[in-house]
Amino acid sequence: MTILVIAEHNNASLKDDTAKVVAAATAIGGDIEILVAGANCSDAATAAAALTGVSKVIVADHACYEHQLAENLGLLVADLGKNYSHVLAAASTTGKNFLPRVAALLDVAQISDVIRVDSADTFGRPFYAGNAIATVKSTDSIKLLTIRTSAFDSVDATGSAAVESSDAVHDAGLSTFVSAELTKSERPELGSAKIIVSGGRGMQNGENFAMLETLADKLGAGVGASRAAVDAGFVPNDMQVGQTGKIVAPDLYIAVGISGAIQHLAGMKDSKVIVAINKDPEAPIFQVADYGLEADLFNAIPELNEKL
Amino acid sequence: MKILVPIKRVVDANVKVRVKSDNTDVDLSNLKMAINPFCEIAVEEAVRLKEAGVASEVIVVTVGGKVCQEQLRTALALGADRGIQIDTSEKVQPLTIAKLLHKIVEAEQPSIVLMGKQTIDGDNNQTGQMLAALAGMGQGTFASEVKVDGDKVQVTREVDGGLMTVELKLPAVITTDLRLNEPRYASLPNIMKAKRKPIDVKTPSDLGVEITSGLEYVKVESPASRSAGIMVESVDELIEKLRNEAKVL
Repeated sequence: MTILVIAEHNNASLKDDTAKVVAAATAIGGDIEILVAGANCSDAATAAAALTGVSKVIVADHACYEHQLAENLGLLVADLGKNYSHVLAAASTTGKNFLPRVAALLDVAQISDVIRVDSADTFGRPFYAGNAIATVKSTDSIKLLTIRTSAFDSVDATGSAAVESSDAVHDAGLSTFVSAELTKSERPELGSAKIIVSGGRGMQNGENFAMLETLADKLGAGVGASRAAVDAGFVPNDMQVGQTGKIVAPDLYIAVGISGAIQHLAGMKDSKVIVAINKDPEAPIFQVADYGLEADLFNAIPELNEKL
Repeated sequence: MKILVPIKRVVDANVKVRVKSDNTDVDLSNLKMAINPFCEIAVEEAVRLKEAGVASEVIVVTVGGKVCQEQLRTALALGADRGIQIDTSEKVQPLTIAKLLHKIVEAEQPSIVLMGKQTIDGDNNQTGQMLAALAGMGQGTFASEVKVDGDKVQVTREVDGGLMTVELKLPAVITTDLRLNEPRYASLPNIMKAKRKPIDVKTPSDLGVEITSGLEYVKVESPASRSAGIMVESVDELIEKLRNEAKVL
């Protein structure tokens, strides 16, 4: 049994998601190899080779893989993947984009958002916005999984795997990269932040998020938002925590002015400690919060900022 | 230019589903059903492209039993021109749905397939990408902006770190994210008009697709429940609890 993990990276560096997917692969058991597909991505490959438990890193370094275009990556991973028992990727916007193409090309099912490994063919995954957890058994010869990284702890970096290069060039010629507008922030990414401060519709406008940013900076936290805040145009969508946004599980999640709709809870209810600050005592968020404070956030947040 | 919009009937987004006591599935009996929110956004975008003169016809398609015609009618009331129901009472998984849709794509030859990025029941986020691969098309997933330009389309995608724009050759598959548009409400005259729009019914065997599955749902359970904690009276008490009880600060 050999497992292929597709690295999550930006060419220059490896994302921590990869170490979490390797943890899921370790739980399955067997040899673990990593594919780093990108352009000028040798630094990411070196970092992948250091992950504990990895026996080999395959580097496909070509311009057609630079932006992780699903059409090209799908062909490459389908070509390589047919020799493996499992192919794993993070349930990120990259993994979700290319892995179903691989599944279709290999004519096998994909299991999305795996949160639990029971055995080499049986996995747990949430559906219905996390209101139900299915135990799913795969009968396919190759098992394709996207891994919900918030459910796994990163493996260490004590290894020294061999790095091999692949000269396979799969340019489907269907798509081209035009531009990227990536949010630049000094704060931790939502996926890896130990503390997250999130705002909802109660914030009233985007400017008021400055209060939450002040709080986040005091705590070394990331800043998130509910779908209601995104829909209202207060903040960009990449801040969205929820069923259709980011799924997070930090040590501390502070929900400010968030009512607690089903789809928001789906994105944060596995956080270790949840704090809710809301002026509506009936808000459903209080039903999942460890500590609830019924208060006007426009008083409570400045007070927190002053006292912390 | 034809646009094909695959849609799905799902439990209403505001309903909290419960797991059946025998742990075989969730219990959907007597729950309010609706068109999947992302599918509704896809219908809206297709109708807007028609109104802008880019598209000439919008076809909606769904896979499921006769009850799904209700959601096809909703889409027709929003402005789609005709519907196709692929009739099956079996539970079909994303790869089979993609194969069924691929047959419709071959027959209808749409320039764009516009569909939701995921359904809020299965939460799989697979079908559009699978269809694109089967049909040999490019894909613009998680779209927040769609600009058709001749035989190409530029799609701005919502990605983890922000936005990414790709250009695709047509035909292509586009899957919708939340911010692409805000769907309209159907007007009463349009609801009446929709009743007369045609819905074609086909079966998987008409299309030559066998319903198979590489997955078995062994059991379905409720997630570990989280009980409500305590209410604190003040910011001071909150800080004290977080420092000394939860020890997270």
